[in-house]
Amino acid sequence: MMSRTRSSVASSFGDKVFDFCNYIFMIFLIVVTLYPFINMLALSLNDANDSIRGGIYLWPRVWTLRNYEYVFSETNVYFATFISAARTIIGTLVSVFCTAMLAYAVSRPEYKLRKFVSIVFIFTMYFSGGLIPEYLLIKNLDLLNTFWVYIVPGIIGVFNMIVIRSFIDGLPEGILESARIDGAGDFTVFIRIVLPLIVPALATVSLFVAVYQWNSWFDVFLYNSSRADLSTLQYELVKILASTNTSHLSPADQYADAMGGRTRTVTPTSIRATMTIVASLPIIMVYPFLQRYFVKGLVIGGVKG
Amino acid sequence: MVEKSRIRQFFKSLSNQKTLMLMSLPFLVWVIVFKYLPLWGWLIAFQRYRLGKGLFDQTWVGLENFRMLFQDHHFYRVLRNTLVMSSLNLVLGFVTAITLALLLNELRRVYFKRTVQTISYLPHFVSWVVAANIVQETLAPEGIINNLLLKLNIIERPILWLGVGEYFWGILAVAEVWKNVGWNTIIYLAAITTIDPTQYEAAQIDGASRFRRMWHITLPGIRPVIVLLLIMNLGHILESGFEPQYLLGNSMNIEYSENLDIFVLKYGIQLNNYGLATAAGIFKTVVSFIFIISANHIAKRLGQSRLY
Repeated sequence: MMSRTRSSVASSFGDKVFDFCNYIFMIFLIVVTLYPFINMLALSLNDANDSIRGGIYLWPRVWTLRNYEYVFSETNVYFATFISAARTIIGTLVSVFCTAMLAYAVSRPEYKLRKFVSIVFIFTMYFSGGLIPEYLLIKNLDLLNTFWVYIVPGIIGVFNMIVIRSFIDGLPEGILESARIDGAGDFTVFIRIVLPLIVPALATVSLFVAVYQWNSWFDVFLYNSSRADLSTLQYELVKILASTNTSHLSPADQYADAMGGRTRTVTPTSIRATMTIVASLPIIMVYPFLQRYFVKGLVIGGVKG
Repeated sequence: MVEKSRIRQFFKSLSNQKTLMLMSLPFLVWVIVFKYLPLWGWLIAFQRYRLGKGLFDQTWVGLENFRMLFQDHHFYRVLRNTLVMSSLNLVLGFVTAITLALLLNELRRVYFKRTVQTISYLPHFVSWVVAANIVQETLAPEGIINNLLLKLNIIERPILWLGVGEYFWGILAVAEVWKNVGWNTIIYLAAITTIDPTQYEAAQIDGASRFRRMWHITLPGIRPVIVLLLIMNLGHILESGFEPQYLLGNSMNIEYSENLDIFVLKYGIQLNNYGLATAAGIFKTVVSFIFIISANHIAKRLGQSRLY
């Protein structure tokens, strides 16, 4: 009896130490995750020449909106933001609608081709044609240097189809049956009944597709790099990254550059910080509200396959 | 006779399903064009491919491109980088995600736990371009890492982290963890919720400490998920990623940063050696395919449901 009490006291002390360390660790994690973004935000709102002195961590020293003004007026960023938004909105709407429609069709038990169609799609998760054949395909389809190269190759996401399909499978069958008895065709059932019921799955998939679209740059680089008017925000940032890639090599170079640039109102660092914020802000503002959905969707899609 | 009437039955019921066909067959065409048709392009690997000529007007060279590929030292270096980076990523990714999931599970204040989780997902959602910018800024000569090390007198001069090839694998692994550790906990946390709570109560009555409960109940409880994910990820061992290596790679760390995908891009798009690039792409796809199918097979054998 004695020893039992002692051990429970000991373990509760141990538990307290554990809890304390755990909280410290979590706070460390939060700092490591958020600090780079806060630092970028501070740099983007700080006077560019002042930033060269260093010492900007969490808060701007000399407040200015000049960096944002510059980025949106003197560079291609204004238009690139528009293209990024367009491909995100159009790409997401088209892909989610089409993927949901396909998922509905292959979820119907009476559909004779459901197995065949499912297998043809799921099989594509195991291989890819590779960069060169895909490039030549896009070229032969005359999709090079068009906006549609952002949309058409991504119409169906197989993983997303699986997520939506398992959601449809989980719907009570009675609802769809009663609609069909009332004489509604499959398309009507899909639009009027299924779509409203699977909104949580659609939210999940929309987030995945929208994030993919917003963050893409490689297709811009590969297919549309000769069309400045089809560039996206992320690709503009890639170009900035590439151009400053060499300037971090030698501190002396950078110092000289900074001295020479005294008269300039912006610097590579300030432009980069500003564009990083512009490129990540929409996502930062949206994803926390969809957390409930994507956690569920990831688990469904991950386990059922 | 029976066969024939069955076939007729099949087509009859199919004609009643015109709407379902209209809703799915256009996408079947799409998938064939965009996913299966590029496989024809694999023929390029057996040709000396020149742009502007059709696929069947090219010079055929047999296995020449593959022979060149497997004799190329460059290719083996790239293969080494690919395998090392994806293995590091795999091991570190697993250990950190499982540890974080276990620790998150021990947080008692629900609100705090939610907040940490939400914040930890953030880097997963921003692009690699943004992440690469952050890595570069953090590791810059006047960046925070060098500043901290200088202040602590660990180093005397700033280190050019991205300028030393040997550091690249480590930097990449840490960047991957930073970006994805929160996201990777989701599936483990979901698995933890399925563990029977009475086990914890019993352990608590027996006086087991938090740490012991974590080690003896939670961890074994999510073991099936860990094993399954590990097997599935081994199937993707040739996928070491493309964006971070491409964006953080430079002429000084190229010996360590260049992986298979970059090799294909370089030979194909930049040097116009389409045959060799396609051969390398085929090598990757075929080996990956075998790995993934075996992984699926092993997972099934272990009595787990398939993942992907």
